[in-house]
Amino acid sequence: MYTWIWRHLPGNAAVKSVETLVLLLAVVALLFFVVFPWAEPHLPFSDVTVDH
Amino acid sequence: MTLSSDTVPIDMSVAPGPRGSRQLPRRTAGDTVRTVVRGFGQLLVTVGLVLLLFVVYELYVTDWMSGRQQHALADDLRNEWTDPATVNAPAGTAGAAEPAIGAGVAFMRIPRLGDDWNRAVVQGTDQEELSQGPGHYVGTAMPGQPGNVGIAGHRVGRGSPFLDLDKLRPGDAIVVETADSWFTYRVLGDPATGNFKSDPSGIPGQEIVPPTNVDVISPTPDQPESAAVSGSYLTITTCHPKYSARQRLVVHAKLDGAALSKAKAPDGPPALSGR
Repeated sequence: MYTWIWRHLPGNAAVKSVETLVLLLAVVALLFFVVFPWAEPHLPFSDVTVDH
Repeated sequence: MTLSSDTVPIDMSVAPGPRGSRQLPRRTAGDTVRTVVRGFGQLLVTVGLVLLLFVVYELYVTDWMSGRQQHALADDLRNEWTDPATVNAPAGTAGAAEPAIGAGVAFMRIPRLGDDWNRAVVQGTDQEELSQGPGHYVGTAMPGQPGNVGIAGHRVGRGSPFLDLDKLRPGDAIVVETADSWFTYRVLGDPATGNFKSDPSGIPGQEIVPPTNVDVISPTPDQPESAAVSGSYLTITTCHPKYSARQRLVVHAKLDGAALSKAKAPDGPPALSGR
């Protein structure tokens, strides 16, 4: 999976390294600001109220 | 060793290409298996990393996000209180009616949790409200009013306001600040012995209950919701144990004394300056 991505990134090894870093940051940002906030209410970790 | 053209062995794993140049070896079954296994391994590692990132998110990122929301809520509430429309309202109208969901209700200070522990409380207890700070259960008493002021707040993550709620002892002060008054609530129980259950009302200062026990925020704590009001209480709920939502840690406190006007005591009641 990852070797496939690496092979298909444009540029030489140095450029690919920078591109990998950017992709990584983009994925982490997507997780932190979109995916995790969406998933949170569906998980039971953060219930602090009493209700029926 | 010389080979004549009609005795060159044919290597079946090499496909002849144009002008005899070599192409990539044809894939064998072994290659496919290796690729699948390697891909599966990478998938597992990826899933593991995502889970790790989620833990980082819950423990650190939500704290940062909630910190900003809490600041905004606190600023809005202060501004609302210094707004001429509020300041000039007839005495006694402030604080009796519940505000809209998402609006600020009051400020809460708990000296036991820190000398500068101070949180703006938001109206409502859904995820969206609780990520801004402690929330006021809709329909429960407002600060200083007879009945039971219900407050819910996160234990771990989203600012962790009630991380150390278990450290509250009988007699500890919970000071609530409204637009014009200070109210001091004290955790029920005997300060001398640390016994939570010694109050004549039978209400414990601290208890661990299942999440379905809504009686803890009844007008009289631990009585059915329809039971009569019998005093002025404040109840805080958070999750228990710390990293789980299996149970609720509940603290009950009772109003100690009358309201203290902010005009007369701008720095707060004695409870804030030394227990």
